[in-house]
This record gives sequence, C-alpha cells and structure tokens, in this order.
Amino acid sequence: MNIRQRQVGDVTLLEVSGKITVGVGDVAIKDAVHVALGGGARDILLKLQGVTTIDSAGVGELVSAYTSVAHRGGKLKLVGLPPKVNDILQITQLITVFEVYDDEASAVASFKS
Amino acid sequence: MPVAEPEAYLAVASRFENIELVQAVIEDLLRRLELGEDDRHWIGLAVREAVANAIKHGNGGDAAKQVEVEVRVDAGEVAVAVRDQGPGFDPSAVADPLAPENLLRPGGRGIFYMRSLMDKVEYHFAADGGTEVVLRKRIKAAAAPRAEEETRS
Repeated sequence: MNIRQRQVGDVTLLEVSGKITVGVGDVAIKDAVHVALGGGARDILLKLQGVTTIDSAGVGELVSAYTSVAHRGGKLKLVGLPPKVNDILQITQLITVFEVYDDEASAVASFKS
Repeated sequence: MPVAEPEAYLAVASRFENIELVQAVIEDLLRRLELGEDDRHWIGLAVREAVANAIKHGNGGDAAKQVEVEVRVDAGEVAVAVRDQGPGFDPSAVADPLAPENLLRPGGRGIFYMRSLMDKVEYHFAADGGTEVVLRKRIKAAAAPRAEEETRS
C-alpha cells in the first residue's frame, strides 16, 4: 500500500492506495495519521479511491484514526470510496459513523461549514 | 455423501505476510472455477480473516506454529478449512461489533467479516488442541476446477 500526503487549504489529504490489511496497511494508516496530527493537522481527509482490499484490521485502523482525530478536536472524513470499500462500511455499519463524500472538492468544502 | 478430496492444501508459518501467499492460492483456484471477480474478492477476504485470526489469536503470533489451509470443492460449494494450533475459544462469547457500544472499537470484527461474507462458518475444536474454522460458500460454477487450457501450436 502507498500513502501520499498533500495539503488543500486547512485540510490534510491522505491519498491511500493498495491494500489496507493486517500487519502492513493498517500500521501505515495509523502512522500517517499520527505524523499528520504531530505536524499540526486538525482536519484530515482520507481519499480511498485506490484501495483494493480492506480487511477487519484495516477497518479497525480507520476507526482508530477517526477517534484520534476527534479527540484532538478535528474531523476525519472519507472521500472516493471504491464499491467494495463502501460495501464493507455498509456491512460493518461504520457508514453511519463516517462522513463520506464522492468528490474531493465537496469533501474539502464540508470542513468549512 | 462422499467427501471430496482437497483441491489444495498448504501449511504456512504464523506470519502476516503469509496471508498473501494463501490468498494467491485461493484466488488462482477460484479463478479456475470461473467465479466472478466479486465472489473471488469476498471469499478471499473471508479466508484472509480466518488466517489472520489463526496467526494472531490461535497461534499467538508464534512463527514456529503453522496454519493449515485446505480447500474442497464439492456439490456446488467451496469449503475452506483453516486450522491453527491454539487452545481454542468460545465463538458465542465474541462481542457483537454492530452493538452501539462496540461500533467504535478498533478490533473484534474478524468473525463478523467471515459470517457476513460467507454462507456458513463452522468451528471445530480438537480434543488435543487446535481450532478449525470452515468457511462455506455456494457457487454456481462447475463442481471441479477446470484445468488451464493448453496452448497448442
């Protein structure tokens, strides 16, 4: 898996691609979010368009990232869910927890409201 | 009813990177059964969860302990058995990950994944230790894998 970080205004965007799975991708997400928070990020947008597989450990890391960001007074949102990632969030009912957007512009704008 | 001989059997050391190895074998087998991409993805994901649980919870991450995977195809069904060398557990004692108080817990979704993605999930506990989880999924394809077609010149 691969994570690229870029800044869009006040929002830190993490573009994730590949597999978010136990022992590899799940740790990488945790590290990337902690590095971003440590660097002063408050609001984080995870772009998941390139994610091919997300296992239960990967979903667990999305939840951990969500709560870490919330504890610091920020928000973590998701954009560009591939159908299979969307299916998993539906099955696990985490779709009720995360704010999910189809496109980057609306997702970034949503942090301002 | 006669029990089909395994189509595939493999044993791997308890290391997370070996999950990729197991998935590659499963993926190849399901492709030869002519299963569609969605079925291959969801069955593969359920098997990943079973192997991850066997490595982490069953074998406690001890690489000296093996995880065995056996795939059988019979009567319109794929059955994948995953065995560890652990002490076993009580599946009924596993918390419901959909309960509001558990929704934001980082862990505890592995068995739920398997149950959601497969038609049936069974646990067998051997008297001398070791847990076997059997994942079953009905398939529309032929009951036996097709050999790769040979190219003839």
